[in-house]
Amino acid sequence: MNMMSEAAVEKALDKKMNDISYKMIGKDVSVYYGEKRALYDVNLNVRENTVTALIGPSGCGKSTFLRTLNRMNDTIDGCRVTGRITLDTDDIYDPNIDVVELRARVGMVFQKPNPFPKSIYENVAYGPRIHGLAKSKSDMDAIVEKSLQKAGLWNEVKDRLHEGGTGLSGGQQQRLCIARAVAVSPEVILMDEPCSALDPIATAKVEELIHELRANFTIVIVTHSMQQAARVSQRTAMFHLGNLVEENDTDKMFTNPDDQRTQDYIMGRFG
Amino acid sequence: MSISLLLLVVAVIGAVGYFIGSWRANALAGGKLSSLHSRPGYYGSFVALWAILPAVVVVFVWVIASPIYVNSTIRAGFPEEVKAEPQATQNLNYNMISAIARGFKVLTAEEREALFKDGAAARDVLASKGVPVAAEPAPYMLKSADDLNRMTNTSSTLLSILAIVVATAGAFLSYRSIAPKFRARNRVEGMMLVGLIAASSIAILTTVGIVASMFTEAVHFFNMVPAWEFFFGTVWDPRFAAAGATASAGQFGLIPLLAGTLYIGFVAMLVAVPVGLFAAIYMSEYASRHVRSVAKPLLEVLAGIPTIVYGFFALVTVGPFLRDISAQLNGLVTGNYSNFIQAQSVLTAGFVMGIMLIPYVSSLSDDIITAVPRALRDGSLGLGATRSETIKRVILPAALPGIVGALLMTASRAVGETMIVVLAAGVAARMQLNPFEPMTTVTVKIVNQLTGDLEFTSPQTLVAFALGITLFFITLCLNIYALYIVRKYREQYE
Repeated sequence: MNMMSEAAVEKALDKKMNDISYKMIGKDVSVYYGEKRALYDVNLNVRENTVTALIGPSGCGKSTFLRTLNRMNDTIDGCRVTGRITLDTDDIYDPNIDVVELRARVGMVFQKPNPFPKSIYENVAYGPRIHGLAKSKSDMDAIVEKSLQKAGLWNEVKDRLHEGGTGLSGGQQQRLCIARAVAVSPEVILMDEPCSALDPIATAKVEELIHELRANFTIVIVTHSMQQAARVSQRTAMFHLGNLVEENDTDKMFTNPDDQRTQDYIMGRFG
Repeated sequence: MSISLLLLVVAVIGAVGYFIGSWRANALAGGKLSSLHSRPGYYGSFVALWAILPAVVVVFVWVIASPIYVNSTIRAGFPEEVKAEPQATQNLNYNMISAIARGFKVLTAEEREALFKDGAAARDVLASKGVPVAAEPAPYMLKSADDLNRMTNTSSTLLSILAIVVATAGAFLSYRSIAPKFRARNRVEGMMLVGLIAASSIAILTTVGIVASMFTEAVHFFNMVPAWEFFFGTVWDPRFAAAGATASAGQFGLIPLLAGTLYIGFVAMLVAVPVGLFAAIYMSEYASRHVRSVAKPLLEVLAGIPTIVYGFFALVTVGPFLRDISAQLNGLVTGNYSNFIQAQSVLTAGFVMGIMLIPYVSSLSDDIITAVPRALRDGSLGLGATRSETIKRVILPAALPGIVGALLMTASRAVGETMIVVLAAGVAARMQLNPFEPMTTVTVKIVNQLTGDLEFTSPQTLVAFALGITLFFITLCLNIYALYIVRKYREQYE
């Protein structure tokens, strides 16, 4: 599976020597939906144990880029990706790579909470069961409990684990989806506007959770809310019309961005 | 004026009403359309509807009521000795009168006068004009026929005048009510609603009518044959009696037919469900858009083939094939080359019916599987599940109630199927468990009992209605249960 070119390996090592370790490296990533081009040669690296926020106006390609990171674009008819994306040292678009294993390593939380129409327990146990992570019932119980705790949902649902996951409130459902993603023990978690369907209180809880998850996971989050990007992320990348405009430390991005377009977008002059 | 011409005139009045209505509205607006409550077209439609609808109702009622009135008046004019005769004879007389009345219309006035003077020649004269009359008409009949014609003419003239007056009055009154603040749009909307309700009630009332007519005939049957003998009888042997004989009633046991129906339906579902379901899964989950756009219509072509054609297929291809292959198999195993599958058998009928049902299963299930939200698929794939794991663990459980509903609807089709069974499983009503032997179904026996010379007073014929209502009840239950399940499933995602 280790099909990475020597140059890329060297580059990754270079970065490591500069004391920054990159979990995922995207090089010249372009995406086409049929004839239409959605991303133009994006070069964006994702740092380990960091929250990277992708911002930009609607249709700028930020969600598209996010979905290239675990090849969810494969499920869309007529979608084509060029360029190279590596996870650690593996080229994830290598024909030999197992997309199923990739998605186990790079989990995803979606915009709309999408719990399966099963019990809370079964929702969390779904991933571990598929990947055979639990050897016994007690193993599985432990994984479920730990995942729900990490998602900050354990105390709210521990007495009704066998009730339907769809019966929870929107915010609880989204945290259930996060627990579901966490249960597979991924290395990276991708979040596609995870709070856009939630009320402010539920949003605050999820943001707090993202903050805690950073210790164990690398997180990439797409958001429409500038405040949210500023609150939860350490690095921010700004997309516009399918191009990566700027990628920088979040603090710098929101105070003194390099690019005029970033400045304009953050100040609300377009988008 | 004929009815169609009359309706045309009413329509023309309506069209004129539309134009003057919108013209009037435009004039009231005086170039400022915003001062009107509705756009001018609505005022026009309002006038047109008021012109057309009441007039059409009048025509409709008149067309039904006037023959009844004419009929009773003519009968009231019968001589006393005719009135004393039984109802059936009176009916015959009335039919003769209307035949003569029809004949009068093709005669010239002189010829008619001649007939009145010399009634004896009436039959021959009418026959020479191509109007057959059953017997030599009695003198009073000629007069009645003349009355009949006169009354019909008067009725038609009256109707024409009335309808045109109603249409004009409707147009005029509604035209008068046009004012800038008048809510023509809401009124037209209301009338649309009435029209839609009328359309749906026609469908419902027809169903009620069908059930009622079957039910009354079935009640006649149950007066002759006890219900328990029908529902629990195990022998089907409805001997056709010679005309007039009353003794040979035969046996009308439903059980063998019901068993055949369910058995053949079961075999059909055994074929259709896996194939159809897998096809649906392939179409909705795996096939690329290109393949889907070609394969799905092709699969649905199967649904467009008339069932009698499937019957041919069973009769000339599948049946003989199964018979021959069974003979070969038997020969290989025992050395005795005799077939153990009959050419007409439960298996043949079930198999071919199953093929017929594949498109129903696949098309209904495809819709249901596609309706499972994409978010659930993404969620599962995003956790690293493969496609088949996603289908098995998330999509099928989520779609299951809907699929069960679809299968029940398919089953009710299987129960109601006739032509394939006639050709593929034969008409022998037998009770047995061997799928290689012929059996038959309820629908086939209904056709059987209702073909040929019928006497609608004998149980042999009336049993068809009892069978029909039983079948209707079975499919109704299946459909209601299916709808209930499908509706419950819909609520999950809303």
